[in-house]
Amino acid sequence: MKNSIAGTLESGDIMITIGPGEGLQVELQSTVAAQFGRQIKAVIVETLEGLGIQDATVQAVDKGALDCTIRARVTAAAVRATGKDVWKD
Amino acid sequence: MMFVPGNNPGMMADAHIYGPDSIMLDLEDSVTMAEKDAARLLVHNALKSIDYGDTEMVVRINPLSTPYGKKDVEAVVKAGVDVIRMPKTETADEVRELEAEILKVEQEIGREGETLIMAAIESALGVVNAYAIATASRRMMGIALGAEDYSANLKTNRTPGGAELLLAREQIVVAARAAGIACFDTVYSNLDDMETFRKEVELIKTLGFDGKSIINPRQIEVVNSVFTPTEKEITKARAVVAAIKEAQAKGSGVIAVNGKMVDRPVVIRAERTIALAVASGVLKEEEVL
Amino acid sequence: MRNTKLVTLEEAIYRSGLRDGMTISFHHHFRGGDKVVNLVVDKLAAMGFKDLKLAASSLSDVHAPLIEHIKNGVITGISTSGLRGALADAISHGLMKEPVVFRSHGGRGSAIANGELKIDVAFLGASACDELGNACGFPRSENAKSICGSLGYALPDARYAAHVVVITDDLVPYPNMPSSIKGADVESVVLVDSVGDSSKIAAGAIRDSKNPRDILLAKQAAKVIINSGYFQDGFSIQTGTGGASLAAVKYIREEMLRQGIKASFALGGITAHMVKLHEEGLIGTLVDVQSFDKVAAESIAKDPSHVEVSAVEYASGQHLGSATHALDIVILSALEVDTDFNVNVLVGSDGIIRGAIGGHQDTAADAALSIIVCPLLRGRIPCVVPRVTTLITPGSTVDVVVTEYGIAVNPGRPEIQEKLQAAGLKLVDIRDLAARASSIIGTPDPLPFGDKVVGVVMNRDGSVLDEIHNIVD
Repeated sequence: MKNSIAGTLESGDIMITIGPGEGLQVELQSTVAAQFGRQIKAVIVETLEGLGIQDATVQAVDKGALDCTIRARVTAAAVRATGKDVWKD
Repeated sequence: MMFVPGNNPGMMADAHIYGPDSIMLDLEDSVTMAEKDAARLLVHNALKSIDYGDTEMVVRINPLSTPYGKKDVEAVVKAGVDVIRMPKTETADEVRELEAEILKVEQEIGREGETLIMAAIESALGVVNAYAIATASRRMMGIALGAEDYSANLKTNRTPGGAELLLAREQIVVAARAAGIACFDTVYSNLDDMETFRKEVELIKTLGFDGKSIINPRQIEVVNSVFTPTEKEITKARAVVAAIKEAQAKGSGVIAVNGKMVDRPVVIRAERTIALAVASGVLKEEEVL
Repeated sequence: MRNTKLVTLEEAIYRSGLRDGMTISFHHHFRGGDKVVNLVVDKLAAMGFKDLKLAASSLSDVHAPLIEHIKNGVITGISTSGLRGALADAISHGLMKEPVVFRSHGGRGSAIANGELKIDVAFLGASACDELGNACGFPRSENAKSICGSLGYALPDARYAAHVVVITDDLVPYPNMPSSIKGADVESVVLVDSVGDSSKIAAGAIRDSKNPRDILLAKQAAKVIINSGYFQDGFSIQTGTGGASLAAVKYIREEMLRQGIKASFALGGITAHMVKLHEEGLIGTLVDVQSFDKVAAESIAKDPSHVEVSAVEYASGQHLGSATHALDIVILSALEVDTDFNVNVLVGSDGIIRGAIGGHQDTAADAALSIIVCPLLRGRIPCVVPRVTTLITPGSTVDVVVTEYGIAVNPGRPEIQEKLQAAGLKLVDIRDLAARASSIIGTPDPLPFGDKVVGVVMNRDGSVLDEIHNIVD
């Protein structure tokens, strides 16, 4: 796995930086940390586990992204990091 | 039809609140090559999770001739998109190639025959082949003009009057009508000149277009007001609505008007025609069934 | 001049008889450009005062230096309409021992008039003042630097405070008349370099919003007003300054022209938009407690039918002659609205104080038709919720809520519901709006509130409406 980034710092988006690690470690900065921090981290972990990734370090900077956006950005970062796409070639 | 770039999650989340008839999420020209993969995932997830209500959902994929097209098809069909817009269509073969690709994915997920196609014609060759393209597939619900690439292909510029687009527009309308499908005009990008925009919408309505592509919610009102239905359109719409009511009373799932099967977008357009007619005062609430 | 009241700030403070533990007051007409509060409190700190109570009509980001003074015990109590920025954040995290007392503009006016809020020394900034204390908020010479228009929020202080100090950056020859603050009420006059940063007091005229959401909300709000039954010749209106509220004025104006209807008066919070309609002959009188931009500030100086009112005359619930009692329509914004139509305009969804009550409670209660215009969501923050974080304006005073996902009418106003439905407007149940919001963004976790009460929200009648607790990080 190499270090990869997906997403922007625009409102409604989340920037995900993913790299190698032990277990799934998620560091989150969010404009809605108090209300949704826990849920955002859960979606990130869930998405990675769904891709079969058990070990990674993730830094996330969130600007109020919806769950579907978080899933998309995490998947994009993971695909970029592993080189394994979720669509057929 | 409102264009929304496929790499902008903020815009994709609530584009439907402004009431466009359809939304086109774009994976093609508004997304850089470096972000094609990420945009595809954003669009896939948005289509799956966001409640767009009655809005028809369209995605403009990259051409199959690019490294992105095939994956785009898989991603959007699996997310249940209503219509795939294929850019820069030049031949009927290209349409059939796309159709085959779509069918493959539909079969994989057990939803055969549900995805419709809209072909964007953006070159001289495309205009020449317009009828062939329009009749190349039963899934083809409409053809559209993409004026930026078209005028460049003609080696000329776009002008406010649109003289350079005359043939293309008329050819597309004619081909669409001959094929019995819908036709849509190109975008107008100057948001500060609503006057010229209105004139263009009036022109293309006269030419026979069913609708126009827009790039900002502010343009919706102008398009809606120009397309306020005529009496003939209202009568046709009322026939569709009457057919629905009849079918519902009979418990039948199939709705037919004048022997032709009527699918969801046609039903929605008929209801919209009536709603537009009522809203513009042309039809009274009481007159509606 | 023989009987001049002109002194230094330090002298003015000595003369006022200010002692530790007393109450000082300020107005907020210089908004984000205010320099008076910091100037005076810095001086009081340097002079060794402690335990002072600060009664401001409102406070904003620019008052962050108060944090140090609070830590040093110079200021130990605050009452205000609102708090913002670093000061608000610090107070939300428990900076002060005494809770901040929050009042609406009308509530503060009432409290000052009936003695509940006793002011010992008022320090009132003015754009122009003569040596006998006649002061105003508009320019009276070419040296005028910081104009603000109406001094409505300063007037109750000028009248009822035990001791009044006017602070100006433009001393003009006597008589500075007609004036807002009368020399007879003033003990001292202090001349300083600058009372406010004019670029931040009123940044030119507020421009029309091009944001499609604001325009959508504005059109819906205008439709509600036009079909409410209150849109008749001679109606009166107040709007907030949010993008959607101001944009609504444009659509209301179009309909006024179409139907040949004129408004008898506009109240508030006056902006260039209202001045324009007034100059066109569409609004009879502008009743101004706060001039929001340069156009309004200049208009009030010249136009006899653009009049200044004090906070009491504007919105006091205890004075039946206050203008809000004659108000037909008010358009307000909100941070949150809940399914009982209660409104929160003070505390963010993260539990941090970040707004102001302003005239919200007053206008919602007294106006015949109160409309809240707000988006369903602000990013991932829901604005229609099952229960507001803090109760500022009770739901019984709120009639209609306009969001981009639909319009909800308070069940207590069935006649409005009928009229809007007859006009073809699609109405939704407010509980469906709240459900829609949470289906899009999820359900937020409960906020990490602590046990300390950092703020008390007062009702217009002086009773306690709600409490704000500290946030634990």
